[in-house]
Amino acid sequence: MFDTLKRVFSYAAPYRKFFVMTLVFAALGVSLSLAVPVFIGEAVDCCTGKGEVEFSRLAVIIPLLACSVIASTIFQWLMSICTNKLSFLTIRDLRSDVFCKLERVPLRYIDGHTKGELTSRVINDIEIISDGLLQGFTQFLSGIITIIGTLVFMMMINYRIAIVVVVLTPLSFIAASRITKASHDSYMKQSKLRGDMVGLAEEMAGNQKIVKAFGYDKRAEERFDRINKAYGEIGAKATFFSSMTNPTTRFVNGLIYAAVGLLGALGVVGRSALIGSMTIGKLSSFLAYSNQYTKPFNEISGVFAELQNAVASAERVFGVLDEEEVSDDSDKEILDKCDGSLRFTDVFFSYDKNKKLIENFSLDVKSGQRIAIVGPTGCGKSTIINLLLRFYDIDSGKIEVSGKDINTVTRDSLRSCFGMVLQETWVFTGTVAENIAYGAPDATREQIINAAKSVYAHGFIKRLPDGYDTIISEESGLSQGQKQLICIARIMLMDPPILILDEATSSIDLRTELRIQKAFAKLMEGRTSFIIAHRLSTIKNADVILVMKQGNVIEQGNHDRLMENGGFYSELYNSQFAS
Amino acid sequence: MKSLLKYLKNYKKELVLGPFFKLLEAIFELIVPVVMAKIIDNGIGNRDSSYILKMSGVIVLLGASGLCFALTCQYFAAKCAYGFGTELRAELYRHINTLSYSSIDKIGTASLVNRLTNDTNTVQNGVNMFIRLAVRAPFLVIGAAVMAVTIDLRLSLIFFVVAPVISLIIFLIMKKTVPMYKKNQQCLDKAAMLTRESLEGARVIRAFSRQQEEIGEFKEAVVDISDNSIAVGKISAILNPVAFMVMNLGIVAVIWFGGLRIDCGELTQGELTAFTNYMTQILLALVVLANLIVIFTKAFASANRINEVFSLVSEENGDIDRLSFNTDINIIEFRSVSFAYEGAGDYSLRNISFSVKRGQMLGIIGGTGCGKTTLANLIPCFYRATEGDVRLFGENVNDIENTELRSRIGTVPQKATLFSGTIRENMKWRKNDATDEEIISALRIAQAWEFVKETPDGLDTVISQGGKNLSGGQRQRISIARALVGAPDIVILDDSTSALDYKTDLAFRRALSDELPDTTVVMISQRTTSLKNADKIVVMDEGEAVGVGTHSELVENCDVYNEIYRSQMNVKEGSADV
Repeated sequence: MFDTLKRVFSYAAPYRKFFVMTLVFAALGVSLSLAVPVFIGEAVDCCTGKGEVEFSRLAVIIPLLACSVIASTIFQWLMSICTNKLSFLTIRDLRSDVFCKLERVPLRYIDGHTKGELTSRVINDIEIISDGLLQGFTQFLSGIITIIGTLVFMMMINYRIAIVVVVLTPLSFIAASRITKASHDSYMKQSKLRGDMVGLAEEMAGNQKIVKAFGYDKRAEERFDRINKAYGEIGAKATFFSSMTNPTTRFVNGLIYAAVGLLGALGVVGRSALIGSMTIGKLSSFLAYSNQYTKPFNEISGVFAELQNAVASAERVFGVLDEEEVSDDSDKEILDKCDGSLRFTDVFFSYDKNKKLIENFSLDVKSGQRIAIVGPTGCGKSTIINLLLRFYDIDSGKIEVSGKDINTVTRDSLRSCFGMVLQETWVFTGTVAENIAYGAPDATREQIINAAKSVYAHGFIKRLPDGYDTIISEESGLSQGQKQLICIARIMLMDPPILILDEATSSIDLRTELRIQKAFAKLMEGRTSFIIAHRLSTIKNADVILVMKQGNVIEQGNHDRLMENGGFYSELYNSQFAS
Repeated sequence: MKSLLKYLKNYKKELVLGPFFKLLEAIFELIVPVVMAKIIDNGIGNRDSSYILKMSGVIVLLGASGLCFALTCQYFAAKCAYGFGTELRAELYRHINTLSYSSIDKIGTASLVNRLTNDTNTVQNGVNMFIRLAVRAPFLVIGAAVMAVTIDLRLSLIFFVVAPVISLIIFLIMKKTVPMYKKNQQCLDKAAMLTRESLEGARVIRAFSRQQEEIGEFKEAVVDISDNSIAVGKISAILNPVAFMVMNLGIVAVIWFGGLRIDCGELTQGELTAFTNYMTQILLALVVLANLIVIFTKAFASANRINEVFSLVSEENGDIDRLSFNTDINIIEFRSVSFAYEGAGDYSLRNISFSVKRGQMLGIIGGTGCGKTTLANLIPCFYRATEGDVRLFGENVNDIENTELRSRIGTVPQKATLFSGTIRENMKWRKNDATDEEIISALRIAQAWEFVKETPDGLDTVISQGGKNLSGGQRQRISIARALVGAPDIVILDDSTSALDYKTDLAFRRALSDELPDTTVVMISQRTTSLKNADKIVVMDEGEAVGVGTHSELVENCDVYNEIYRSQMNVKEGSADV
């Protein structure tokens, strides 16, 4: 836990001047605000009774009182500003770092986590760190200063009563922590039930149409009612328990208040030598202190609860930051002239060391050749692509592009040789033009339009509300096919020597599909291309067909050879004519 | 909010008693400074230590009973709020289940989930806080003022200056910061969006070596967040210190003018102390009130969102709850059916007519957006035809009770969505009392038994939410099997074999016609090959049926069908699906 804290604070190190300022302002603000009750007490002492008010003294005390009130206000405000700067600038850096990290970790890491989970690290966890750790820490600091300051002032007024207060305050602390502990159980149960309820609601109401289609609504209602009821009961309990804290600590504070009143009054009366001398004014400042003294205790106990949360979040965030990055390759050669030839030699690869996948795979591709990869869904067709672009590194063997081992060149230069259109299209929030120019940010509008025209995307883009300047995103109304055309135009603008195309088009309407076919054909002219093939035309015309099944390349050759062999491929091929 | 109040009707007692007890506590709290004043004036003034002791005892007693009252109130508040929340949620969910597809379209399922969980919670919290604080905080403000008035009318005028000034400060600062907090949330949402997009596009970003640009854009977004947070922090950080300052300056005034009053003998020293105490109480109560306003604003917004759901109309229902029909009639018949979505300008389906007999297979083909799914959705009466008649089992579909109708139809949606639980539980969706034999036979037809059998737990294999632990093809096969359990009279397959390879698709279609000969199959597809054997194919184009007939008839005389067929099957060019 302390290591984690230390690490969070190391991010705050560049802003330590704000930290120091926070401390200084807190000390000034708090001690001035603590002086206020002293002045009030003295002022009250000036007003003993009819005709006995010492106006000359009041005239001195009251301006002093007003000044310290105003000054303490200003210092407290400055303190908050510094705290804010410290915490928001720190988490800004931390957040940037996590995001940068995510751009550098191997794809293996990103593939192995859900996007929601990683996004939550960058957004929610860091918010929690900000709330719990940094803000909490400053609250903690000013709380401590208040406690110490109040103690000092109380000691100065009357150390005997002060000791009584010190002895009594832990009561409020103990009461609060007892209640917290007692309510912890029901709180955990409540949050679990709430999770269950949200989960069920998401599944059922989120798929309301299916629920209705299957007439599952009554059963869903029963399930929901059950959880809802349990949640209501345990929730009421947990809420009641936790809402006991405030009145209870208020009561304990009341006790302290009464004790101070009693002892102080006895002191003023002078009946007890033990209590020492007191005045009414001192009593009233004491009463004010005893109120102020207990408050930070409650706040600090709250801070501790949030601190635990924040540390847990920080650990998750650092978990990401500690991930291994892809190795630095800035010293490697740059692959600048790529002729489009490729060679796999005895390649072994698996995602999981216990599950063999690609074994002893060799393939020689000449410039301009067309390679089709076929096989049932989930057979690992995309693995080959992952290896070619070095999204994943091979376990052994060698892959060469343009005669160069891909491990000896920089990743960026290697990847710039490839143009890739994936089945899962990716458009980002931005204009159509920005999306098309993603790989060539300097492209002119004319070049962008030409690229769009050449892949038959110009027509529909023109019809969008703002043409090429229409803002699009994953969720915006574009169809899958239109998004794919934009992705193809993107590649067209790049003009890469090697193409990788995932041509699955199962959910695309026929007209768009034909257009995409034409766009693909145009794209492939004169380039080496890898196609994850679903279409007979591509397969039949391919120079090499790789037939994959369960991660392995089980057959390899051109159409005629594979048909002659009468293996899996011929079975697959023939099945389409049967009905 | 008003219409939600009815869910409080079972909690009237708590609703009255809770605030009542809170009020008692507040009254006691207001008495304490008076007692303290008495200690100072009488006890100290008369040097009467037994009086001091007695009054200290009174303060402790007041505190103890205050504690009891407060706890009673918190108990009632929690009970009432959660009771209210539970009933509201149950009723809301019941209502959601009655909604028609059009209503669901209007509001969106994600939003439904949000309203059912988050918004109900916010309202519930609002009720809780209402009972606990809504009475107490204003009462403390008023009470403290009244107490001040009873002690010294003229001196209490200071209160009537200070309280409005503090309220005004709170109001002004909130008015300024609330929109800024909203903007803050937007900045944060943008950072979240950039993160999500960057993760989803990780491959493309790396393939284009655009990591630096992505990082640059993200950094801009986080700078926006920190700038805005710091700006809003600057303003909201004024609130507490300034409120305290005004209060303390009020105390300064109280002492100065109080001093004058004491000098005239119209005020005592103890009363002056009480005055300063009331000043503090007013401030604290006003701060609580400000928080309360925030909580209530949120609760009202949530209540409105919940009411929007309640105001959506429920599905209409027919009254034929037991269908009996002759086996040789048309199981499905469309008579010049037209359909337009609610609020849409144009018809999605125009003048469609066809009929299918028992055990036959109906194919529907056409491009996306041509109305295939819309047509299929009219069969289980998810939407009602705008014009014309949809007749099922010889009856107008509008006259059949929805549950009865849907219990006879198995639906396989385009997206294969499975639910968390075991495979067996998923398979029981259509028929709650399905036996293992029925389930296995359905899995067999859907070509899923082979892989289910091989899992270590078989039918007890646990499916995670959304079925993420299965491959796309496996999910789709289980989703098909789910609709076949208990041999429904009609099965609707909405382009649901897209993730199956050709061989599996073929085996499934064969098994379907062999094993369930009496089931009428409605199959939507983009592939002509999947529909070749259909008894009737409806060719859709922009909402109209441009051809109805068998494969060979359509090849002869339907241009659109021919175009589709040739584009997929032109063996000379070799461009068919594999």
